Amino acid sequence: MSWQNEIAQSRCVLICALALSSIGTFRGTHAATSAEHPVGAGVDEACEIDAPIDFQRDIRPILEKCSTCHGGVKKTAGLSVVSRKLLLDDTDSGKPCVIPGDAAGSELIRRVSSDDADERMPPDEPLSQIEVQLLRRWIDAGASWPEHWAYRALARKTLPSGTTNPIDYFVLKRLSQAGIWPSTRADRPTLIRRLSLDLTGLLPSTREVGVFVGDRSATAYDDLVNRLLASEHYGERWARHWLDEARYADSEGYEKDPIKNDAYLFRDWVIHAINDDMPFDNFTRKQIAGDLLPNRTNDDLVATKLHLQAQFNLEGGVDSEEDRTKRVIDRTNMVGTVWLATTIGCCQCHDHPYDPISQGDYYAFYAFFNNLDLAADFLENPPDDAGGRRQKRMEKWNEIVDMSRRQVTDKNLNFELQEKLNDLRRFDNDLGFTRYLVERTVDRRKTYVFRRGNFLRPLLDEGEVSPVAPRLWPSMKPASDEASRLDLANWLTAEAAPIVARVRVNRVWMHLFGKPLAVQTIDFGSRGDMPSHPELLDWLADWFIHDAGWSRKELIRLIVSSETYCQSSDTRPDIAQIDADNQLLWRQNRHRVEAEILRDIALDVSGLLCRKVRGRSVRPPIPAHVAQQSFVSNPGPPISKGKDRYRRGLYTLCRRTAIDPNLLTFDCPDASVAAPRRQRSNNALQALATLQNEVFLEAAQGFAKRLVGLDVDLDRTDQHRLGLAIQMALSRNPEPFEISTLADLLTDSRSFYQSHSEEAVRLVGAHRAEGVDPAENASWVVVARAILNLDEFITRQ
Amino acid sequence: MNPMQQTRREFLTTSAGGLGGMAVTAILAGDGFGGATTPLRVAGQVLNPLAARDAHFAPKAKSCIFFFMAGAPSQFDLFDYKPELNKLHGQKMPQSLTKGVRFAFLQKDTATLMGSPRTFRQHGDSGMWFSDALPNIATCADDICMIKSMHTEQFNHHPGQLFMQCGQARFGLPSMGSWISYGLGTENENMPSYVVLTSGRGSSGGATLWANGFLSSVHAGVLLRNDGPPILNLDNPPGIPTSLQRKTLDALAEINRKRYEQIHDREIDSRISNYELAFRMQAAAPELTDLSCETAETLNTYGIHRHDFKAGKDRSGSGNQFRSFATNCLLARRLVERGVRFVSIIFASWDHHSGLDEGIRYNATMADQPIAALVKDLKQRGLLEETLVVWASEFGRTPLGENRVGYDAVTGRDHHPNAFTVFMAGGGSKGGTIYGETDEIGWNPVGDPVHVNDFQATLLHLFGLDHRKLTHRHQGVDHRLTNITRQSHVIPAMLAGDSNPSLPLGPA
Repeated sequence: MSWQNEIAQSRCVLICALALSSIGTFRGTHAATSAEHPVGAGVDEACEIDAPIDFQRDIRPILEKCSTCHGGVKKTAGLSVVSRKLLLDDTDSGKPCVIPGDAAGSELIRRVSSDDADERMPPDEPLSQIEVQLLRRWIDAGASWPEHWAYRALARKTLPSGTTNPIDYFVLKRLSQAGIWPSTRADRPTLIRRLSLDLTGLLPSTREVGVFVGDRSATAYDDLVNRLLASEHYGERWARHWLDEARYADSEGYEKDPIKNDAYLFRDWVIHAINDDMPFDNFTRKQIAGDLLPNRTNDDLVATKLHLQAQFNLEGGVDSEEDRTKRVIDRTNMVGTVWLATTIGCCQCHDHPYDPISQGDYYAFYAFFNNLDLAADFLENPPDDAGGRRQKRMEKWNEIVDMSRRQVTDKNLNFELQEKLNDLRRFDNDLGFTRYLVERTVDRRKTYVFRRGNFLRPLLDEGEVSPVAPRLWPSMKPASDEASRLDLANWLTAEAAPIVARVRVNRVWMHLFGKPLAVQTIDFGSRGDMPSHPELLDWLADWFIHDAGWSRKELIRLIVSSETYCQSSDTRPDIAQIDADNQLLWRQNRHRVEAEILRDIALDVSGLLCRKVRGRSVRPPIPAHVAQQSFVSNPGPPISKGKDRYRRGLYTLCRRTAIDPNLLTFDCPDASVAAPRRQRSNNALQALATLQNEVFLEAAQGFAKRLVGLDVDLDRTDQHRLGLAIQMALSRNPEPFEISTLADLLTDSRSFYQSHSEEAVRLVGAHRAEGVDPAENASWVVVARAILNLDEFITRQ
Repeated sequence: MNPMQQTRREFLTTSAGGLGGMAVTAILAGDGFGGATTPLRVAGQVLNPLAARDAHFAPKAKSCIFFFMAGAPSQFDLFDYKPELNKLHGQKMPQSLTKGVRFAFLQKDTATLMGSPRTFRQHGDSGMWFSDALPNIATCADDICMIKSMHTEQFNHHPGQLFMQCGQARFGLPSMGSWISYGLGTENENMPSYVVLTSGRGSSGGATLWANGFLSSVHAGVLLRNDGPPILNLDNPPGIPTSLQRKTLDALAEINRKRYEQIHDREIDSRISNYELAFRMQAAAPELTDLSCETAETLNTYGIHRHDFKAGKDRSGSGNQFRSFATNCLLARRLVERGVRFVSIIFASWDHHSGLDEGIRYNATMADQPIAALVKDLKQRGLLEETLVVWASEFGRTPLGENRVGYDAVTGRDHHPNAFTVFMAGGGSKGGTIYGETDEIGWNPVGDPVHVNDFQATLLHLFGLDHRKLTHRHQGVDHRLTNITRQSHVIPAMLAGDSNPSLPLGPA
């Protein structure tokens, strides 16, 4: 399998990348085009009289300039530009401002081209002549407004026969249009390190690298992919991606921020489901509505803990009903972000400023989550007196239900109710209950639109709101008169499947390339940028649903088997000048590994990593004053001992107000909102962390202990050992200058520690190699620490 | 600069960082490119995101020291003198005022008004009122712009704190200091641009109050400790001397640079720079916290050596409050002297639902002397003009005494979002100004109400930043500190001197 096959398929003629002076123009700015516009969109074409108008590219950016005053929030003069329907509606003047087919007669054109400063719109910065011209042509051509790309039905292109990997076909097509050659295939050591990090988040051992490099069989690469996908660590790696979206934490949040003893069960559920390759539609159904599934299992109930990631405010003065509505809002927004990649949170107060989602639409979506109740039970290994405890809990719960009902009108009960909720929380937590959510069946809450999002001001006059998906998206076919949460879950992977599959494919792609296909992974709303490869995105989404049956392992296998994925990540300066952000995929991307993975690989190479999969959260050491930054100066659970001190990063206890700084410093999200995409910052505090922090120091100590214990060639001991160190850390052979540079550091270290034996003992710490002189041991710690700080060590290439 | 006219050699020279890279940064920054919203890019690569940048218009303030008095101090016992409230002490409030109003703990059917036992006096040319709890800050009256008509939309602590720091009561948004760091960068290449100092127990908002939200994490507040090493991981591991640290960094730089030459990834270049910055911080940060070069007079003025006095109910936690708070004030001056952009000093223990009198006496005694010393010290060094000092909280407290269920006596006040007092000094704010006032019992503003977002817009304005233009696109929305769905206003009366009439002051 190689590019040659695909290149032969492509009918486009490749021209040499270096002769591409004409391509430079698309980096120029154009009045109607944002700088983030996908590369290669023919900006200059739009200026040519004959070029067809592309609404998304040419018109939407102009309308956005109007939407602050004439959008969903403010509709000054009765005009809103968020949809074609609203734009063509009569304004306060009684007339529409756009008449399709008649630019000259349209008020919009008169106002944007007026010479009178009092009349001209926008008032601050008039449109350019080009922009006005684009609007004229668009209106004259009928003011068409195509359905937003992300919400359309999937269009699956037929591929030319003989296509080996469709990804390569689409990518090469785009590259050849731009006249850019793809990069060469990365070498085998790079490939195995990349794949291991992407699929399991761990380093390949030197033996594994050796086997793969020497494997001459045609299936060597596929075998490697299969082995990694079958590893239990695959589930850990990809569970962490999902936990970012699920805003997973081990604590309730807000000022008291107590620890939830059962939170880890959700993480375990996710790891297991991903290792089991649970199809994404099922995965969706169980988390959104596991409690409503026919023949539900205990595991299905654990899956509903997705909703329990919303924060509880246990401050004494909090109105518990307000806090509950906040959680409902949180769940509503989370589903919008995670499954539909659409930001809808703003609609809790007002209509969406840019997209056609009204406040009424929002509360209709909210209604799906408005009748969730907290439940708890002993799902596994019930204690002897389980019955008694359940009974006791039921009494407490009934009191709360009763008091909540009265509290809605009698706010004097706030404090008492908060106390009761707190008490129930402690009861559940201390007695080993597993908490989950269920649908309320009696005394159901009614949903109303809240005026400006204020829960004390329901718009009763407008009537009760029934659960339904926003009109922006495909309509729902509920099983009964009133749609349930289960209907919503089914809708997501049936009627709404095109959106949900696009979103999922885009995010899986992001985890394998460091960047999504559609630059905005979070927001597919109208302001989300067009994907760089819309045909590819649609093809993959359709394939994911119909061919892969929502299997994420199959999707990942398809992507990592492409030549596109296997390219070298080296930058080519000449191409970087044309497409600096690599939107056309002329190479792989190269990026620092995530916070948890950094910890994992440092401990891995040191031999300290505990590879146990699943289980309770652990507590590696964090500085005392960080633990105390939590409001209640309670450092939380004690520091874990033994092997638990060295577990993988995803098992580190996440207490929202005192998150392990090693994780935060490297951009681990803070579990406050769904976080589909992590930042990737590069700063000095990170350098301090990997150079000085206890975890990384221990890793260096452990690594040194391993190195001095290796059997090496006695004639060239240092060089040999240094070479092995590079192989273990970087999964490749050393280069001579690397050996010589590190050997110099080793020599300098020896000369220091031979005369400072006490310092040597301190540096070696608890990981001293038996029978080795501390000065020698310490010198290797210095070298090991340097290697663990190399750019290449902390980078996935 | 047309990238196509650049030769490969030039490209490599400029992207290799060092002098070339810095020159490009300077050129772009001076070219209006640094107009606060666009990250600087050369051939698509982001340059140092903390490089100093031009504001939207000429700034008055270069740095901010923001005292965040979390928990909400009682304005009635510090700033908002209400003789009528004293007269009405013990009486019920007219129902018309409490109708539809929410309280955290207070039982409004039986609650009664509570006067302040403190004595008030007017100070400065403007006749600004201060209670006897703040005798030293009172002497700065002519430098203070006091806002008595602040109001907020939140009345629980954490949401209120987010609202004041991030412009909305939501998680995941950047705090004010992060926005300013994003807009202006920093002028000290040895320190982070946004530094947080805390005393006593943490605020209920924790790290969310200095979070970078969706902005790059280089703009996150960096929490310094005021004893021991000020920055996490600053000390070399035990047994590593500075000489070997240096040699380690040299070896790292050498291997990393070779790697850069092979594959041209600018992230490697940034990483090399960051390791060097880390090394400089190791040297600069201890100097910063080393107060031995301060004169005995300075230390005394700030009250560094004062001991806590024993308060009946110690809400603070450590028993070393006075020293810690005073040290933070002095550290704040040293930080802004060194070009750090934004310093937050967070003190969390003002939530006086009970024991108000004693609590105020304790906290005010702790805060008054060092804050006044800081303002005067800055002024004497000519730094006050460009340093904005702010005192603010998430909300205020009720004129009603708190009669919470289970309390034996009424000795405190509940949360009050309708009207509270904050103040600014220096940094282009108009000294000797009393802005807004409240009704006779301090329940509501009666003139010039100031919404939290207006206050934020004004604060950004002092830094030369237009709150409507300091934006960042995230999830398809151009976010800003002042909520995009609200029309926020800069308040000209709070600005010193000849504010340029062409500056954008109006609604957005």
